[in-house]
Amino acid sequence: MNTTRGFTGRPRAARPGLPPGQYDAGDDWPVLSAEVTPDVSPADWTFRVSGLVAEPRTWDWAGAHRLPASAYSGDIHCVTGWSKFGVRFGGVSLDTFLEAARPLPSATHAVAYSHTGYTANLPLADLTGGRAWIVREYDGQPLAPEHGGPARLVVPHLYFWKSVKWIAGLELLDHDEPGFWEQNGYHARGNPWEEQRYSGD
Amino acid sequence: MTETAAHTTGSFTPPTRFAVPGRIEVDGAAAGTWQTATLTEIRRETHRASTFRFAVPGWAGHLPGQHLMLRLTAEDGYVAQRHYSLASAPDDSGHIELTLDHVEDGEVSGWFHTVARPGDRIEVRGPLSGFFAWPGDRPALLLGAGSGVVPLMSMVRHHRALGLTVPLRLLVSARTPGELIYARELGTETTPVFTRGAPAGTPVGRMTTAHLAPLLAEAPAGGWEAYVCGSNSFAEHASRLLVAAGQPVDRIRIERFG
Repeated sequence: MNTTRGFTGRPRAARPGLPPGQYDAGDDWPVLSAEVTPDVSPADWTFRVSGLVAEPRTWDWAGAHRLPASAYSGDIHCVTGWSKFGVRFGGVSLDTFLEAARPLPSATHAVAYSHTGYTANLPLADLTGGRAWIVREYDGQPLAPEHGGPARLVVPHLYFWKSVKWIAGLELLDHDEPGFWEQNGYHARGNPWEEQRYSGD
Repeated sequence: MTETAAHTTGSFTPPTRFAVPGRIEVDGAAAGTWQTATLTEIRRETHRASTFRFAVPGWAGHLPGQHLMLRLTAEDGYVAQRHYSLASAPDDSGHIELTLDHVEDGEVSGWFHTVARPGDRIEVRGPLSGFFAWPGDRPALLLGAGSGVVPLMSMVRHHRALGLTVPLRLLVSARTPGELIYARELGTETTPVFTRGAPAGTPVGRMTTAHLAPLLAEAPAGGWEAYVCGSNSFAEHASRLLVAAGQPVDRIRIERFG
């Protein structure tokens, strides 16, 4: 261990939900995106599930609203180091969309893509079983554009760059295909509990 | 089933091509290896910001705009990690420089500003991320605010060090002249904007279209590659100004300090 002379760090309040190398952002919710925030109105928004599915499907805003509502309450973790506790997102479980499109047995991975063309790759297993949502509300209010509104993907058990803002669709594949940050040196899966920040971690 | 069959091979391209492709490949081995960095010099830039120079003998080299990850370790094993942009231009000196604001209650910046002294050793890994890198190839229009000027200064220094002729302009926002980081080093490529105070005769106010218009009017052949760096509120403001002034969204790269 290479200790740093004179460094004590902030008080070690026990924070059992904090993954290694992360800090508690408190009330802050930093915005991190590498592109201009797009102007996507609910009327423009669609969400498509395609690729290795029995029935490619596209939902518009009203169609997605007719699906059963589902919420996530818990923590989120950004690869830049902050974690945010006790956030509340409202939307629809991704399982609901996938059950309608029916993934083929050959589907193993997905590329999630935004209305700007930003992409992130995920194993299909990380998107099913009540662990992923398409959300349109944060803390009971419409999701702000800079945070991905009108709707974004939320996969809270992975670093948050996987939770694609301005979500436009999921393409199911039979192989893993690196998305934007994954092509720029970031880890293919991004599990905060194993501190999978960069490729090679 | 032709639709699904088409996707079993080859690569997937979203209906909208991502606006801003990455610029360079990142060296995964360098990005993944923690190295010891020895502090060799501290230079005050403003009353809130100082530059810290480190010897990193195994540094793999970087491009302007890239960042690194840094960690400090306490006696009990507690580790604090942060990402910081590189301030120095790439060179073969075996040294790198970071310029850090003293953040109120910041456990890492607080250590740097109140405890650190030459000879101290920390750990770094990098360089990281090729997205915001500028290899010096395309005309560069740089917009920064506060410590957001740091990666942009690496670009300015690189431009000077190599005597590049590709056009480069820096529009930098600071609260006051005294808070303008690197003030003595900025040259004719730079237009400062002061938001809170300035000597009589110098306008005070937010960056506006009026600041950008002349720069976009003199856009070189092939147009500018725009790099925006600062707080999220500055990044939102500046990127909207760029779009409104006609800069294509696929030629705007944004680094937000969070």
